[in-house]
Amino acid sequence: MVSCFFEDSTRTRLSFEAAARRLSADVMGFSAGSSSMSKGESVRDTIETIDAMRVDAYVVRHRSAGVPHQISRWTEASVVNAGDGQHGHPTQALLDTYTLTRRLDTTSLEGVGVVMVGDIRHSRVARSKIAAMVALGAEVTLVAPPTLLPPAVGTFPVRVVHDLDAAMADADVVYVLRIQRERMAEALIPTLREYTSTYGLTARRLALLPANAHIMHPGPMVQGLEISPEAADDPRSLITAQVAAGVPTRMAVLFWALAANPTAPPEADATLEPAATTTSEELP
Amino acid sequence: MGRRHPGGGDGGTADLLVREGQVVALGAEATDADADLTLDCSGAVVAPGLVDLHTHLRQPGKEEAETIETGARAAALGGYTAVLAMPNTTPAIDSAEVVREVLELGRDAPCAVHTSGAITIDRAGETLAPMAEMAQLGVTLFTDDGTGVQDDALMRRALEYAGGLGVILAQHCEVTSLSQGTCMHEGATSARLGLPGQPAEAEELMVMRDIALSRLTGTPVHFLHLSTARSVELVRAAKAAGQAVTAEAAPHHFTLTDEACGGYSPLFKVHPPLRTADDVAAVKAGLADGTIDAIATDHAPHTLDSKELPFDQAPPGMLGLEYALALALTELELPLDRVIELLSLRPATIARMPEQGRPVAVGSRPTCA
Repeated sequence: MVSCFFEDSTRTRLSFEAAARRLSADVMGFSAGSSSMSKGESVRDTIETIDAMRVDAYVVRHRSAGVPHQISRWTEASVVNAGDGQHGHPTQALLDTYTLTRRLDTTSLEGVGVVMVGDIRHSRVARSKIAAMVALGAEVTLVAPPTLLPPAVGTFPVRVVHDLDAAMADADVVYVLRIQRERMAEALIPTLREYTSTYGLTARRLALLPANAHIMHPGPMVQGLEISPEAADDPRSLITAQVAAGVPTRMAVLFWALAANPTAPPEADATLEPAATTTSEELP
Repeated sequence: MGRRHPGGGDGGTADLLVREGQVVALGAEATDADADLTLDCSGAVVAPGLVDLHTHLRQPGKEEAETIETGARAAALGGYTAVLAMPNTTPAIDSAEVVREVLELGRDAPCAVHTSGAITIDRAGETLAPMAEMAQLGVTLFTDDGTGVQDDALMRRALEYAGGLGVILAQHCEVTSLSQGTCMHEGATSARLGLPGQPAEAEELMVMRDIALSRLTGTPVHFLHLSTARSVELVRAAKAAGQAVTAEAAPHHFTLTDEACGGYSPLFKVHPPLRTADDVAAVKAGLADGTIDAIATDHAPHTLDSKELPFDQAPPGMLGLEYALALALTELELPLDRVIELLSLRPATIARMPEQGRPVAVGSRPTCA
């Protein structure tokens, strides 16, 4: 397995490499700063060079949407998307789903109300997460200022509201997305303070969340901005469990791509429950 | 022997004799046992040669992508007898010197190579280019294509100045403050793909503005590569109001939708971007009812390497010279007459090329396809 991190990442890369090693795969990798990309080599040339060393899987992170898709046209090896631009981050969505279904002790999310709040527009996590949650039957509600919603959000299978307080009241899960400071310079939000007061999971709002609901965040968090420290550390928070689910989920993905028959659609259990047999990872 | 296109006379099947660059006989008299070359055109149509109002020949500056020679060969292969080069070269075609260079390089090309000139120096949208000096060399159409003139007051002055020269200004309609950083049409597809999109309004706002400025100055405006339904509607209304505006559309805008970007292949990245099925239908309707005067290719080659970059980093542009006629015939459901009008007669009139788009008749130069 080769981890091709054209865009730097610490957590996702370490998580994928740990997953591969625990499956006894050989692991090679590079990240943007250290690669020959910085000498002007194209993605295609980079992949074709590595391909000559006969590899079985590429794990690709790139700041541009669609690069894993493009790479799959240039190699016979499996390509796993580890995050591409604002498009997708499917293993994050899988590990979130895994975390949640484990906690709820179910394999279906039929009727579960998921409130996703934050910068949906620029979030690759949100796109993958919406697809995964909706596929399992969850009812997804997006909460954000219209400037941070994708264009044509009306074509997404979700409900959109702008009042977080109201949305919290009947939520089973509040999924908080990171807000980046650049958004202010782009005139997408007037001030960070106003963002926190209208869309942040503040200590005050925490009180509105039902007792049996859950709080999730894909990280990295900016505590005090989109999420308060109180919320992050609340007993209802699954944030640490999400991080723990990363390795087993990625083991499952790699196992399915490399050892199982990748042309057959995976059985639901193979995706959702591999950790039970392949790892001793502590899961809550 | 071939069927002559109606634009060339009676539309019947006839032989054609060409001597020293001129049609000298048609029909029964068109025989010459000593002819150097005899072409069997049975089953084919002899039509006026096609004229492309919108060709990126890339020379000078980007010869690795295309040269005037290779572009003209592609044009000839596609049935074109004349192309109009766009000025977004390096350096830009914004002076008499560069115009001379381009015309010189195109002198022996396999089709006539005309060039447009830039409206502003270096197409930077700040200072008027010496249009009169370029017009003296035969430039009839000026544009900053690749970008639109953003400044309202400068565009007004450009139109006023051009009015005195009897030339036409052509606009690439795109308000850059709405399109900056985007790489496709904004809509359901861009949202799904996570690619930043530009709204149709980025084009329509400038179409609207230039219709207003053309009215104010009395100088005609030609709209390059119209791509949205409302742009077509705006031009239709302006024409109905008697304004001197013309418009063109590119083959990909009546053939493909933004869903072609779904595989993230930068081959489908183009400016203006591929739009929706409704926009495609509106462009076709505009071509059918004459709102859109001409089909222009916006032939914009790039090296294969650059078209393998990530979608958001790859340069925009598609090819067209070799496919425009075939696409027009298969996609538009228009009679052959109309297709030839859109590809030859009207563009020759708009760019004022008296040698082009002529009937195939005795005495004419055989600029035919």
